Amino acid sequence: MAILEVENLSVSFNQYKMFRSVKSKVISSLSIAVDEGEIVAVVGASGSGKSLLAQAILGILPPNATIDGIMLFRGETLTLARQKALRGREIAIIPQSVNSLDPLMRAGSHVRTSVTAGNASDLQKEVFKRYHLEEKVEKLYPFQLSGGMARRVLLASAMVSGAKVIIADEPTPGLDEQYVAEALQHLREFADNGCGVLLITHDIGAALKIADKIAVFYAGTTVEIASIENFRGDGEDLRHPFSKALWRALPENGFEPIPGSQPQPDKLPSGCLFAARCKKAAAACSAAFPEMRELRNGRVRCIHAT
Amino acid sequence: MLVIYLMKKTIRMATLLLAISFLSFLLVKNSPLDPVQAYIGADMANVSHEQREQIAKYWGLDEPVMLQYTRWAGSLLSGDMGTSMIYREPVAIFIAERFQNSIILMLTAWFLSGMIGFVLGSLAAMNKGAFTDHVIKWYCYTLASTPTFWMGLLVLMVFSVWLGWFPVGLGVPAGKLAEEITLGEQLQHLALPALTLSIVGVGNIALHTRQKLIDVLKSEYITFARARGESGFELFWKHGLRNILAPALMLQFASFSELFGGAVLAEQVFSYPGLGQATVEAGLKGDVPLLLGLVLFSTVFVFIGNLIGDILHHLVDPRMREEWRT
Repeated sequence: MAILEVENLSVSFNQYKMFRSVKSKVISSLSIAVDEGEIVAVVGASGSGKSLLAQAILGILPPNATIDGIMLFRGETLTLARQKALRGREIAIIPQSVNSLDPLMRAGSHVRTSVTAGNASDLQKEVFKRYHLEEKVEKLYPFQLSGGMARRVLLASAMVSGAKVIIADEPTPGLDEQYVAEALQHLREFADNGCGVLLITHDIGAALKIADKIAVFYAGTTVEIASIENFRGDGEDLRHPFSKALWRALPENGFEPIPGSQPQPDKLPSGCLFAARCKKAAAACSAAFPEMRELRNGRVRCIHAT
Repeated sequence: MLVIYLMKKTIRMATLLLAISFLSFLLVKNSPLDPVQAYIGADMANVSHEQREQIAKYWGLDEPVMLQYTRWAGSLLSGDMGTSMIYREPVAIFIAERFQNSIILMLTAWFLSGMIGFVLGSLAAMNKGAFTDHVIKWYCYTLASTPTFWMGLLVLMVFSVWLGWFPVGLGVPAGKLAEEITLGEQLQHLALPALTLSIVGVGNIALHTRQKLIDVLKSEYITFARARGESGFELFWKHGLRNILAPALMLQFASFSELFGGAVLAEQVFSYPGLGQATVEAGLKGDVPLLLGLVLFSTVFVFIGNLIGDILHHLVDPRMREEWRT
């Protein structure tokens, strides 16, 4: 059963440029689902709207954002009130930036305020041990922590929250290899206990190690949702031209760059968002925004995919 | 290190005083103020040109400026600030006496405007864009663009003339013996100038606090705190307050200079016998020793305000504390 579901989510921002309001669509018609016991990785280039997805699910987007679409937590619609009640309790986030720690709050206190049930002090000590944080780190302020330590404090905060879903937004940069492996392992264990993880990352390698499915993100939408087994060889099992190109662009798979760049959110084409860079692009591709469709046990947003 | 920090501050204070004393001495020397005339006052017509020159010579006014300065600075160092020409009293004693009147006035205003300003600013920022914010902002812009003396006149008109709740001016009731004056009467005379200074001070503090808190609320740690389910007062208490407290304290103590400036105007309007009024008198009547004494005193006063603010900032902010340790 899906613990977290997002259907046709669109997020746009109203911005003022030269005295006129410009609407820029940062997420368009995005669909993604996380089942119990599952890790779904969201992979895409920076600026593809990955972090905004996390904010949209939690209902903490800036006030000039407008949302459209359906989000469900355990089959229940996520209204603003519901989001407010759930965030931090049922849905926790591991933020992307280490600046997410309050500069005037001690590390231990940070973790303790995240605890929603049980003895905060005990849980904090326990989770510090798990993340190899010495006891004296409790008393340290963020500016006294190394990047890796701050990262582990953020991981620890999410782990003690008792949430059923963790949204991990680039949780591992700045960590030593051993800690990365451990952090990913912890997410895996967390999911194996019947919870769900939405892992937002640009690192396909890390995603492949622990995730069950990978959602490929392009210009604010999912172009393909595939099981990790599809990511192999020359990318022949992948469905969408962008997923294939992304896979082949990895150093170990040929290091083939994709020409061109992602369209800007305020200048999105009306048809397929990838058409301008796609070798298979035809007139039909620019005619209409392609729907997400089932294909070979996965989902794809391309009219040519087979 | 704390010792080095304090040494640095002391040296800075000494150089500041040296520069200020020298500059203001030169300015007074080159101004049309004539100490002889100030000394003689209304009897000017009865004193001949020769007699005036004799007084000038007796005081050493014909000597080179540098020599005069070193002599004045020298006696200043030994604690002698000279004698006020209009009040016929040693400057040091006179300033000390007037300062007692002013400090109560300034502290009251400082505390009230600081507290009210901080609360209003926080309220506005936490409700940014809402009705509360608009009202507070409008109120603050009005206050920030209100001249002190005008506000003083307004307060005077409403509370003393129309309502008759408070006396029109002075520090104590006129025509009463010093021993007969009660504390209540003194407070009654203090109320209006303090109220004026408080009202005028609120605008700046509130607008600064509002802006600072809005910046803090935009930060990534606030987004993260929201993501963990914090909101409203909890968010303000746990993260907002902590992060604006240090800058607010700094600002509050740095406002000593504006406070002094405001007191000059408010005391003038209410004929309140404080330092501000003395400054105006000294300037208008050419009382050079008193004027120079007041300049130096206000320098020290403002410097100490900034110093306290800086020290508190170090105590409140762990990042600054670290600086002292290493």
